[in-house]
Amino acid sequence: MFEVCLIVLLICVIILLWRVYIGPTLYDRVIAVNSIGTLAVLIIGVVGFLTERPDFLDIALLYALINFIGTIAVLKFFRYKMVDAGQKLTNEKSGVYDDS
Amino acid sequence: MMTVELLLNILSWALILLGSGLVLIGSFGFFRLPDFWSRLHAASVIDSGGMILIILGMCFQAGLSLITVKLLFIAIFLIITGPTATHAVANAALVSGLMINDRSSNNKIREEDLKIEKKE
Repeated sequence: MFEVCLIVLLICVIILLWRVYIGPTLYDRVIAVNSIGTLAVLIIGVVGFLTERPDFLDIALLYALINFIGTIAVLKFFRYKMVDAGQKLTNEKSGVYDDS
Repeated sequence: MMTVELLLNILSWALILLGSGLVLIGSFGFFRLPDFWSRLHAASVIDSGGMILIILGMCFQAGLSLITVKLLFIAIFLIITGPTATHAVANAALVSGLMINDRSSNNKIREEDLKIEKKE
């Protein structure tokens, strides 16, 4: 049961990594990485159950905390230091909120 | 005879498989949906549906113990931060002016809207 779940989670991580690779805009990549983070939390929990080691759940909780902070940090960085190079879909207004 | 043990096993087995099914659907949504704004939905399918079901399945598997308390902490935290993070990304994308190029509906309506906006 847990093995099936682990395999499915790993497949989903691979699909999300593919989305991170080709995501046209920066923000596709940010939500893909955020979803990979929550999947990582689940994978750690499932592996903890598989190997009968309950202390894995502390690691999973910690990872959930850090993942959220990481996503917000990336957004904050790009909001105040607008990198225009990679954003094909962003129109010319992108720099208007560059109030740093 | 259906012991409680068997019942719990079946229940957690079903929840975990349902959860991983939802996660699969969510990641397939990432792969299939046309633009950024619809992919937000796929992200929230993974964050809310898949995550909650899998963690509930694990809670039933662990029974009433410290493990379940830890799992519920993780679930509560992810329930709070999952949508918040998705909202933050959507807000940042909107602020940065990510245009909604709506390939699904025909774009003529879109151009008319833009023309009207320019007139006002």
